[in-house]
Amino acid sequence: MLYREAGDFKTSYAKDQALIPIRQDRVMLYICIAIALALPFVANDYFLGSIAIPVLIMVIAAIGLNLLLGFCGQISLGSGAFMAAGAYMAYKCATAFPWIPMPVSIILAGIATALIGLAFGLPAVRIKGFYLAVATLAAQFFLLWLFTHVPWFVNYTMSGVPTPPPATVLGVYVTGADAPNWAKYLFVLAFCAGLTWIAYNLVRSRIGRTWMAIRDMDIAAELIGIRPLWTKLTAFAISSFYCGIAGALWSFCFINTVEPTAFDINRSFQILFMVIIGGLGSILGSYFGAIFITLFPILLNSAPAWFGLEIPGNIITNLEFMIFGAMIVFFLIAEPNGLARLWQLGKEKLRLWPFPH
Amino acid sequence: MEFFTDFFVGPIMEMVKAPEFLAEVAIAGLMSGVMYSLVGLGFVLIFKASGIFNFAQGVMVLFAALNFVGLMDSGVHPIIAFVATLVIMTLLAIAIEKLVLRHLVNQSQLILFMSTIGIAFFLEGFGELIWGGNVRPLHVGIPDDVIFIANGSILIQEADLFAGVTAAFLVTVLALGFRYTAVGRALRAVADDHQAALSVGIPLNHIWIIVWAVAGFVALVAGIMWGTKLGVQFSISIVALKALPVLILGGFTSIPGAIIGGLIIGMGEKIAEVYWGALFGGAIEEWFAYIVALIFLLFRPQGLFGDKIIDRV
Repeated sequence: MLYREAGDFKTSYAKDQALIPIRQDRVMLYICIAIALALPFVANDYFLGSIAIPVLIMVIAAIGLNLLLGFCGQISLGSGAFMAAGAYMAYKCATAFPWIPMPVSIILAGIATALIGLAFGLPAVRIKGFYLAVATLAAQFFLLWLFTHVPWFVNYTMSGVPTPPPATVLGVYVTGADAPNWAKYLFVLAFCAGLTWIAYNLVRSRIGRTWMAIRDMDIAAELIGIRPLWTKLTAFAISSFYCGIAGALWSFCFINTVEPTAFDINRSFQILFMVIIGGLGSILGSYFGAIFITLFPILLNSAPAWFGLEIPGNIITNLEFMIFGAMIVFFLIAEPNGLARLWQLGKEKLRLWPFPH
Repeated sequence: MEFFTDFFVGPIMEMVKAPEFLAEVAIAGLMSGVMYSLVGLGFVLIFKASGIFNFAQGVMVLFAALNFVGLMDSGVHPIIAFVATLVIMTLLAIAIEKLVLRHLVNQSQLILFMSTIGIAFFLEGFGELIWGGNVRPLHVGIPDDVIFIANGSILIQEADLFAGVTAAFLVTVLALGFRYTAVGRALRAVADDHQAALSVGIPLNHIWIIVWAVAGFVALVAGIMWGTKLGVQFSISIVALKALPVLILGGFTSIPGAIIGGLIIGMGEKIAEVYWGALFGGAIEEWFAYIVALIFLLFRPQGLFGDKIIDRV
C-alpha cells in the first residue's frame, strides 16, 4: 500500500538515471541519514565509541572486499593486511607532513595501499584461478612482518606501537586521545557515506559493468572488448583503496594505536564473512554484513546472562566459530545473495501487501 | 654495498666454512618440509578429484589430531584411537559430501572455495568445543632421541627421521593404491575428466567421499607427526596454510609436485632463516614460502610439475 512505484513518473533523463529512482526509497534514505546525524545527540558514549564507529569502519572494508569479490569475482584473503597498510601509511603521512589535513592524509594512505595491493596482485591476476588468494595471503603475512620488523614504519618508536597524532577538522579534534566520540563518529560517518556513494556509482558505471562481465563469464567479456587484466587490476586496486582507508580510520578513530595485531588473518576472514553473509555483489549487503558480524558476538556474549546461564568465554568463542562457519555454508547453499536478498524479498512482499495476488 | 656483501657473500662463506651445520639445518628443514608435503598432498588429492580448492585441509589436520589426542588422553589405546579417528574422518567426509558439496554441484569454483572456508571455521570451533583449546602434548611412542651421523658432526632428531620414513611409506602406499586398485583407477579417471568418468559409470559422489576420507587419513598422519613435534594446538591450522605456496611451487595437480614442493619450501625457509634471517630482523620464516610462491607466479605459474596449460588472461 505504502511502497509502490506506481504514480512516480520520471519526466526527465536526470530523474530516470537517479541513483535511487523510487520515491519511497529516497524517503527511507533521508530518514536513515537523519537518524545517523541525530545519533550523537541521543546515543550514549559507549554505543557511539564501541559499536557505531567500528561498524561504520567495517562497512568501508566490507564494501571494498565486496567490490572485488562480489562484483569482479576475485577472492582476497588479505584484507586485514591492506587495512594494516592503510593504518601505517596514514601514520607515516600524518607524522611526516603534519600540515596536510587529516582527511587528505587518510585518502593518501588509501592510494598508497592501492599501490601496495597492485604490487601483490599483479603476479596473480595475470592467471585464472585461485592465485590471488595465495598472493593476498602472502601480503597478509609479509606486510604484517614488515610493519613489525622495520622500525622506519613506526618512526623508530621504542614500543613499536605508536599513537596516532591528534588532528583537528573545523577546530574539533577527530583523532588522538582527546577527540570526543561524537566527533570521531561524524568523521567516520562522512568517510563511510562518501565511499558508499562512490561505490554505488562505480558499480553502475562503465568500470563496474566491466567487473561484472568478467565475473559472470570472462571469455564472453573478452570477446566484447573488455581487457581482463586491466579490469581485475582496477577492481583489486580500488578494493585495496577502500581497505586502506578503513584501516587508517580503525587505527586513528577507534583503537587509537597503530598496531599490527588488530589486522591479523582473522580480520581478513571477518571481512570475508561480512561480504558473504551480507550478500555478494550488493553494497547495501555490506552494511547488513558488517552490522551482523560485529554485533552478533556481542549478542552471543550477553545472551546467556539474560537467561541466567553462565557459559565460559572460550566456549562462546568456539560456538561463534561454529555458527559463523555453518552460516557461511548455509548462505552459500541457500541464499548466495545473503541478507541483502532477504531485504529485497521483503520489499517485494511489501509492494504487493495487503493484496498478494 | 655493505648490504650486498652481507646478502650475497657472508651467508655463502658461512655455509662453506661449516658444511656440517649447513647439512644439519637442511635436514631439519627437510623434516618440516615433510609436514607441508603431507598437508599439500591432501589438497592435491581433493583438487584433482573434484576441482575443489580445499581450504579446510589445514583445519582437518588440527581436527584429526585433536580427536586422536583427545581419545588417547581419555585412556584409549593408540591403535584403537587411530582407527576411531579414521572412522571419524570418514564420517566427516560423508557429512561434508551430503550436507555441503552435494548442494553446490555446478556452482563456480569460487563458491566451493568459500564453502570450504566455512567448513574450516566450523571444524575449528567444533574440535575445540569438544576437546578444549589447550596445547596438548602427544606421545605415541615415536622415539624422540637424537642421533649423530658423519662422525658425530651432524645431529638429527629421531622423531624427524621417523616422520620422514612414515611420509615416504604413506606416499608409496597411496601411489600404489592409485596405480593398481579399482578405486584408484576410478579416482584417476575422475581426476582426468569428470564427464567421461560419469559416462563409463563411475559414481562421482562415492568418489568424492572416498577422496575426502583419504585426505582425512593423510590429515591424521600429518596431525600426529606435527602434534608430536609441537603439541596439538590451534596454530597448526595457520602453519598448514603454508601448503598453499607449496602447491604453487609444485603445481596444483601434481602429487610428486606437492611432495617435492613441500621439501623445497621447508628446507629453503630454514636455510633462509638461519643464514639470512638476522639480516632482515628475524622471523622471515613466516613469509618466505609465500614470497617464493609469488616469484614463481611471475616466472613459472604452472609450478614445477603442474599441467602445462595455464590460462593466461
